[in-house]
Amino acid sequence: MDTIKGYVTGVNGNMVSVHFDGSVLKNEVGYIKLGDTRLKGEVIRINGETASMQIYEMTNGIKVGDPVEFTGELMSVELGPGLLTQVFDGLQNPLPDLAQQCGFFLQRGVYLDPIPNKNWDFTPCVKKGDKVRPGDAVGSVPEGLFDHKIMVPFSLSDEYWSVEKIVEKGSYNVRDTVAVIKDSKGNTKELSMVFTWPVKKAINCYAERLRPDEALVTKIRCIDTFLPVAKGGTFCVPGPFGAGKTVLQHMEAKNAEVDIVIVAACGERAGEVVEVLKEFPELTDPRTGRSLMERTIIICNTSSMPVAAREASVYTAVTLAEYYRQMGLDVLLLADSTSRWAQAMREMSGRLEEIPGEEAFPAYLESVIAAFYERAGKVRLRNGKVASVTIGGTVSPAGGNFEEPVTQATLKVVGAFHGLSRERSDARKYPAIHPLESWSKYASIADQKKVDTARSILFRSSEVNQMMKVVGEEGTSSEDYITYQKGEFLDAVYLQQNSFDPIDASVSPERQIKIFDVLYDILMTEFEIEEKKDIRAFFNQLRQEYLDWNNTEWGSKEFEAQEKKLIDFYKSKARG
Amino acid sequence: MQKVYTKIESIVGNVVTVRAEGVSNGDLALVGNSYANVIKLDKDIVSLLVFAGAQGVSTTDQVRFLGKPMQVSYSDNLLGRIFTGSGVPRDNGPALNENMIPIGGPSVNPSMRIVPKNLIRTGIPMIDVFNTLVESQKLPIFSVSGEPYNELLARIAMQAEVDIIILGGMGLKYDDYLFFRDTLEKSGSLSRTIMFVHTAADPIVECTLVPDMSLAVAERFALDGKKVLVLLTDMTNFADAQKETAITMEQVPSNRGYPGDLYSCLASRYEKAVDFEGAGSVTILAVTTMPGDDVTHPVPDNTGYITEGQYYLKNGRIEPFGSLSRLKQNVNKDTRDDHRALMDAMIKLYSAFKESLEKKSMGFLMSEWDEKLLKYGDLFEKEMMDLSVNISLEKALDLGWQILADCFEPNETGLKTDLIKKRWPKELSVAEEK
Repeated sequence: MDTIKGYVTGVNGNMVSVHFDGSVLKNEVGYIKLGDTRLKGEVIRINGETASMQIYEMTNGIKVGDPVEFTGELMSVELGPGLLTQVFDGLQNPLPDLAQQCGFFLQRGVYLDPIPNKNWDFTPCVKKGDKVRPGDAVGSVPEGLFDHKIMVPFSLSDEYWSVEKIVEKGSYNVRDTVAVIKDSKGNTKELSMVFTWPVKKAINCYAERLRPDEALVTKIRCIDTFLPVAKGGTFCVPGPFGAGKTVLQHMEAKNAEVDIVIVAACGERAGEVVEVLKEFPELTDPRTGRSLMERTIIICNTSSMPVAAREASVYTAVTLAEYYRQMGLDVLLLADSTSRWAQAMREMSGRLEEIPGEEAFPAYLESVIAAFYERAGKVRLRNGKVASVTIGGTVSPAGGNFEEPVTQATLKVVGAFHGLSRERSDARKYPAIHPLESWSKYASIADQKKVDTARSILFRSSEVNQMMKVVGEEGTSSEDYITYQKGEFLDAVYLQQNSFDPIDASVSPERQIKIFDVLYDILMTEFEIEEKKDIRAFFNQLRQEYLDWNNTEWGSKEFEAQEKKLIDFYKSKARG
Repeated sequence: MQKVYTKIESIVGNVVTVRAEGVSNGDLALVGNSYANVIKLDKDIVSLLVFAGAQGVSTTDQVRFLGKPMQVSYSDNLLGRIFTGSGVPRDNGPALNENMIPIGGPSVNPSMRIVPKNLIRTGIPMIDVFNTLVESQKLPIFSVSGEPYNELLARIAMQAEVDIIILGGMGLKYDDYLFFRDTLEKSGSLSRTIMFVHTAADPIVECTLVPDMSLAVAERFALDGKKVLVLLTDMTNFADAQKETAITMEQVPSNRGYPGDLYSCLASRYEKAVDFEGAGSVTILAVTTMPGDDVTHPVPDNTGYITEGQYYLKNGRIEPFGSLSRLKQNVNKDTRDDHRALMDAMIKLYSAFKESLEKKSMGFLMSEWDEKLLKYGDLFEKEMMDLSVNISLEKALDLGWQILADCFEPNETGLKTDLIKKRWPKELSVAEEK
């Protein structure tokens, strides 16, 4: 097929108008040729013989009349072994390799191979004559901790292909042909370990989608117990600047009990990505004893990198997540921040002169956000294995006001809402997730009834607190005052967690269930103390004992000793 | 060969359009005698943003395309010089045309960045002790019109331990420009300073060039191994200038009239702050005035999401609450063993002082503890927070201990016993010394 060609007719920011002859696909990738450099772009609108392309690079120096080549392919990523541990930009360029080639600065128009050119030990799992469908494995290679399945490309027609040829077990280059398959019409297809997939299309080579009903443990008490996330579910973390969104996401990335974590730094500070880059290789994953980096992929399109690539970066990230899910793994995608992605859409929409919606965001904002989060999910693969993609996105609402369009559109589609509050972060109460405003539709790791009761005490405590602001401590009954103290106690010892303390930073689910039961018992106990002063002193002491308990190692002698001390202490004041 | 176009199609605001061919996006042009930038191409219609403003541009003016993007000269000759936003000398010195470098270049590869690790001493205790400035950090100074933010910047320019200061003034009052010039000259710091100044009387488009010019030069000096501190004042004027241009270009406004790409616009400037491994660094301090003292206004709000903390300048002092240096943890563990602990203890006590003050103003009875706090707060504000205090970090820490000793018993401070043993002053009090 001839490549379709065209030429530039206009430039407006990162949008370029191109006149073309022949046929062009919407969302097709094209390159603008600027001398020796080729600038990548995507067709986002076609009008007569003019295509509007968003360019993933700076558009300086583009002239009217510059030649354009269309590829006939949608914006795609390469899938194959060797993706783990890598750091990519939004277009799947490996950044460290880019640095080796271009030095300190990102040079536009340089596109490198995302899949390292190396040999892998391939073990076939099918034999000649076997029938396979797209998404089925023909073999596997060991990639770090995982058995990386080499699959029939998802883009082939969904029917049974028969295996014509499969190589022996052995070492092959990633681009070598490892299998040949034939469809019912007799067309043959050579398979290597690498294939491509368009990022904006969800991978759906599974048997069925399941309800997300298994908790995804983050080892953060206030999330796992009160505001749980499920494997295959979605959650969002909106918060004003400085409330600790990124710190919280990093905690989740470190502690989450999943196989693979994909961090998409989308339009945020470069410095924060550097922290992950320098910190993760040093940290060990407690589940495997290996470096955390071995289960991590970073997609980073920081705020100063071209805007259009920012829009692509979240799709690149979710596509990689779906690819690993197809191998039967649980994947967590953390996107920071989806507001920057929405802003990238707004910028393009403005340049296309579309009629703006609220705050100038395009009218399709909601459906695009919904479609993105819907790519999360727990699925049963055709081989019976269950796997999941969980998506957590931060939102950076303008002025910290949750009433803005991106937060609202996100809230409609997610299963859990972890709203961060400036008040709590100012008071150094971390994680600054607001316990009353936030919600989750997933099941807690603890007894749900108990959790609901504990939450109701928290509500009641906050009401009493409001009331006390008016009538003062004097005008509050001892009973109410104790409820207030119970709420404060729950907040201080359970909801707040010190991410810098080696023990408190990650709390296993067993420990959470154990200490939550004790906490629940305290909340349910009626105390026989009358004077406010004594009540305050009692709860101060109780808090100290419980916090000391939090700082002892799980299962150690000290843990048991402190537990006994704590229980003896509060039972001593219990009524009856 | 340069082709000359004489038919200007339209003049709207500061944007001029002309029919021309073979023009590159982002190129520089001369409209009459003033420079202009190609900002949009549509077939053969070229939109040009005229730096000096389109006032007085005639439809018969000549337009010449220079075939190169906006550039700035880079050499040691820049030191001690003052330029306008478009790089024209302001100080009657010679124009510089050698070694031109492009402005607004590509961003640094994130994988080449390093974790910042060096502090920059400013001699201002509220910065050095409580919210340490770190090399390659980007920090705004949130303030309100009328606050002495320019005085603060001038002091930092004089005292900061860096190699080169680049001062970018946007929408400065002429008096403020003279103030900067004279203060730096008197203190002898002018020789290590480069100024790009746009005053309120200058054409608005030049305002939008100031950060790019300043940062392009800063980046080059950093690559040559220099520690550069870029001071920008006032970024709100920069954002307003962007807004003006966007509206002229009939862009759809997003929030309070600001263009939808305000975040990207600010981020691409602030992200120029960097520490080059094996070379120098660029650190950015930028004044952002908050219209109506409203931190949720789009400019400070977007800035807060970009920068690594912020300083709040309020009532002539850097507020300890709300001010935050996100990178201080990277450096304040290696300064002195008591730095972190003392910093936390003093802030906690100051916050308790605020509560006591509130109680006092509501007419409650002051306990002995309240009286102690009141004394402490008073001393703290006078000896530490006052912007005129100029002492080294170590002296400031010693002073901190002295203030604590003047007001409290050791066990009232919440400091660890071993630190108290080591540092608690046994000598004269601050008051008695005076």
